[in-house]
Amino acid sequence: MSAPMPTGVAYGRHPVAERWLFLYVPLGFALVFLVGPFYWMLITALKSDSELYDGTKSPLYVARPTLDHFVFLLTKTDFITWIGNTMLVASLSTAIALLMGVPAGYALARLRFRGSELIGTAIFVTYLVPTTLLFIPMVEVMARLHLDDSIWALVVVYPTFLVPFVTWLMSGYFRTTPSELEDCARIDGLTRLGAMIRIAIPLAKPGILSAAIFSFTLSWNEFIYALTLVTASSERTIPVGVLVQLTRADFYFWGPLMAGALLGSVPVALVYSFFVNHYTSGLTAGAVKG
Amino acid sequence: MSASLRAATSVPPERALWRRRLTDWADNERVLGYLLVGPVVLLLIGLVAYPFFVAVGYALSDRTLADEGEFIGLENFYNLFENQIYRQTLGNTLIFTAGSVTMRLVFGVGLALILNEAFRFRRLVRSAVLLPWIVPTVLGTMAWLWMFNPNFSVINWVLVHSGLMAQGPNWLTDPDLALFSVTLVNAWRGTPFMAITVLAGLQSIPSELYDSSAIDGASKFQRFRHITLPLVMPVLLTALVLSIIWTFSDFGIVYGLTKGGPMNATHVLATLSYQAGLASGNIGEGAAISLTMLPILFVLILWQLRRIRRMNIA
Repeated sequence: MSAPMPTGVAYGRHPVAERWLFLYVPLGFALVFLVGPFYWMLITALKSDSELYDGTKSPLYVARPTLDHFVFLLTKTDFITWIGNTMLVASLSTAIALLMGVPAGYALARLRFRGSELIGTAIFVTYLVPTTLLFIPMVEVMARLHLDDSIWALVVVYPTFLVPFVTWLMSGYFRTTPSELEDCARIDGLTRLGAMIRIAIPLAKPGILSAAIFSFTLSWNEFIYALTLVTASSERTIPVGVLVQLTRADFYFWGPLMAGALLGSVPVALVYSFFVNHYTSGLTAGAVKG
Repeated sequence: MSASLRAATSVPPERALWRRRLTDWADNERVLGYLLVGPVVLLLIGLVAYPFFVAVGYALSDRTLADEGEFIGLENFYNLFENQIYRQTLGNTLIFTAGSVTMRLVFGVGLALILNEAFRFRRLVRSAVLLPWIVPTVLGTMAWLWMFNPNFSVINWVLVHSGLMAQGPNWLTDPDLALFSVTLVNAWRGTPFMAITVLAGLQSIPSELYDSSAIDGASKFQRFRHITLPLVMPVLLTALVLSIIWTFSDFGIVYGLTKGGPMNATHVLATLSYQAGLASGNIGEGAAISLTMLPILFVLILWQLRRIRRMNIA
């Protein structure tokens, strides 16, 4: 019975059986449920149309993989434009969110000024207000700003949900980091602003990185504003472009659709897998911190 | 103070005065506080508070895409509560939220407990199970749309070929089943968040607590009940409130899978508000539908605020 001893769980009289029953079997089900759809996405994207719609073969694997659907996606649709748009919108709105949210988070955590608590609460409440409450008036507000039907509308709108999130995350982060170094720097002649820029912000890099990853993926994944504020195909982001152009009426281009879903998911999956530790710690800090 | 003194000695007097003033501002907690928070406050007033009041104005009018409309008081709201489709949608939204959050809770806590055990490839598995949460919701939903396809559903293929069923169910076209299907996909997306949050809570429990309770002869269940659960509870409740808010207001999954059909069986408030407000052009009605989310959201947000206050004090 050389099963590795897990932490915190004592095993009964049948350690191997229990380990299968309570660990491997449920883990297997969880993996099929959570990751299975991505496997299905991948093999669909790699099948030829004749194999895809052949009811006699097992659908669970690819007999003759082909890149036809990817070629179709990249040459016959605006997918490349959508990638560019999504990159642009996600990067710019992340930059704006950090430029505004990090200093504000610092101020709420460190500086005492009248109304700071009220402002902090208001920012937290806006973080919790869902975007589905505001998309209808936002169409009109963007038209008034002459930003209708342009990806710049998204660059302006995304910070409305990113900034409250970054501010909240960063104020939590600054609260957990000690302020002694900043105090020392001020004794040595730096102003408060100088201490923030030269000491506090460089020290908060891990927190800022989490905030950046989050903001980037939230913008990359955003759907309802991208659907309602932008209608020209040349201005669309990936999620909307893939959904609208590859599912027409009741006819679906399943191969290119899955290829597009896959390619549209890869960048965020890469971003997060590089920084997975930051990501999970940031995720939980964001969820737990007040 | 020393910075401003040093600045004053090295430059001409009138520029020194300005520099000192700037330095004083940069060193004044109140001025700096407002300067740093100001842009955020302006953004939120201009692009959250203002649109919100615009929405309230719309909801009290009979505005359409073609016509500015007039003030009609609460008529939109009266009409909604008389409207069979709206009432069905409200019911759907509650079932969708309760169902999805329950599934997230059961799957998420179970998964967290599993991922907290030691096994081979644990790091890889922990990253892999996060995928549904990471990728764009609508793109993940497209995989499910294909898996629910009436003719080529892989789920049905497995069900039929394993002999469990003679014929696979119509996941999205059967009105009785469709609401379950969209709820399941929503739970699929949300489970990783619940799991990873609870996992972080589990990892923060000192292992000495388990060791000493083992010495005291506590059973596995007793330890879960009296150590794990109470210590994970704050994290769990936060994840729960966020999940309820997000599910209650969700748009992408229902829109991607059914657009509210068949026969409105899967409409939720967000999709109905889009359908009425933008797709059909009745802006006033659409705005009113989305605003009816407010009372429930308000209670949830207030509850979360009070919890966080209490945690900060403790």
